[in-house]
Amino acid sequence: MNVTKETLHLATAGDAPQETFVLNLGPQHPAAHGVLRVLMTMDGEWIQRAEPIIGYIHRMHEKMGENRTWAKFLPNTSRIDYLSAMHYTHAFVGAVERAAKIEVPLRAEYARVITSELNRISSHMVWWGALLLDLGGFTPILYAFDDREKILDLLEALCGARLTYCYYRFGGLYNDVDDAFLKGTRDFVKHMQPRLKMYRDLVTDNIILRKRLEEIGPISAELCRKYGATGPVIRGSGVAYDVRRAEPYSVYPKLDFKIPVYHECDSMARYMVRMDEMEQSLRIIDQALDQIPAGPFIGKVPRVLKLPVGETCYAVEAARGRFMVRIVSDGKEIPYRVKLRTPSFSNLSLYEEASRGMILPDALAMMGSLDLVIPDIDR
Amino acid sequence: MNPSLEQLTADYTALAGQVETCDFALKGYHLSVAVPSNQVVAAAEIADRAGFSIDAVTGVDWIAQNEMEVVYDFFHFTSPLRVVVRTRVPRAEPELPTISAVFPGANWHERETHDFFGICFTGHPNMKPFLLPEDATFHPLRKDYQP
Repeated sequence: MNVTKETLHLATAGDAPQETFVLNLGPQHPAAHGVLRVLMTMDGEWIQRAEPIIGYIHRMHEKMGENRTWAKFLPNTSRIDYLSAMHYTHAFVGAVERAAKIEVPLRAEYARVITSELNRISSHMVWWGALLLDLGGFTPILYAFDDREKILDLLEALCGARLTYCYYRFGGLYNDVDDAFLKGTRDFVKHMQPRLKMYRDLVTDNIILRKRLEEIGPISAELCRKYGATGPVIRGSGVAYDVRRAEPYSVYPKLDFKIPVYHECDSMARYMVRMDEMEQSLRIIDQALDQIPAGPFIGKVPRVLKLPVGETCYAVEAARGRFMVRIVSDGKEIPYRVKLRTPSFSNLSLYEEASRGMILPDALAMMGSLDLVIPDIDR
Repeated sequence: MNPSLEQLTADYTALAGQVETCDFALKGYHLSVAVPSNQVVAAAEIADRAGFSIDAVTGVDWIAQNEMEVVYDFFHFTSPLRVVVRTRVPRAEPELPTISAVFPGANWHERETHDFFGICFTGHPNMKPFLLPEDATFHPLRKDYQP
């Protein structure tokens, strides 16, 4: 309602007429995630419209893909979603291997699964700590980062990087998984199982957390479908969609794990999916450690890699959902086109519709439950 | 209910589409459909009715043929089917209708494609600069783009 002659007296009397204002959240704001900017049209504390403005850390990875060789683009993929680097490099090497028909030794596939699942756990730990910081709980991130450190140490010993891993190579791995890594990973699984129970006692059953997340920010499965949301977001809306099962890749078909699904559609459901996923990842790692065979860690790959003319897609289940690479080759050493379909992009795109009518603190809690990584959106 | 390959093939063939069944292990998708650019909304509606979800919308600049390709990827929550719909528009006048009324998720993908390729999606509700700076007058993924 606009201020008119009839309503002016209300404003002057201190009884303000109904009007909206625009709240600029970010790009650098303590309550915002990374460099995400959201323009919120507010009706008091209620959100009328929340429009994410993105692109502040856009780096044009897809263009970089067109001016360097296939192998030289590989490290770029680990910098898209830097918390989920193993999965992203997996998708790119997978696409190239599929196009060039490169065989990957079994040992390398098992090592990829082990490292990918370790990466999934470490990514979920960052989300867990950050979400609770958003909600005003400081302590959990200290526990999470303490445990995450063990994963980073293991992966650093393997490939030298602590965050932006480039461990996978076309046809295999950069180097073999050694006994120290396998033993260290086994110890980590044993260490982590009771820790997850402690996480549950400390945080998940906490009444304040439940009040902040339960029935907050419902996202229906139909909304997810219309926007292409995936990962824990869709699994928190009652749909058991997981790329590891829907489009099986690597040795996932040989491993026994459950896809955690919650039907409540609220922020708590998405929280629970991720907590259960950490448990399932530990199960996968345990089995993979039992089954990993001896043998070579890299297959035969031509020194100069030229892919046959045509296009190929490859999708993986990254920590935030479906990551798909579409490569187009014109037969040269350099890609003709690299398309990167990232999960955070689609997961955020439904935010405008899903946040309508929510109050601001709830909308921020819901944003935390989407687990956004801004470089993953901006690419 | 999960869609069947036969039904989809029949639906897309009725749209004057060229339907090609692909080996998933080689390509990463099952069905590749080429439609005329004025049929993309109908093609998206077929995917919507069959319960598909939008994966991505993107472009490829085929400068040698003087054409731009627009590629729509669809995936399904309960069925392992993957469908790719593609169309071509002339480079001189890259214009085709938006599918954002069918899949609201296409809204952002189309804005991105407009940024990168300069392809116009007619009827789009919010065709503003997206990932590139507000004052960008270039389209970096066009093959004749010189930085």
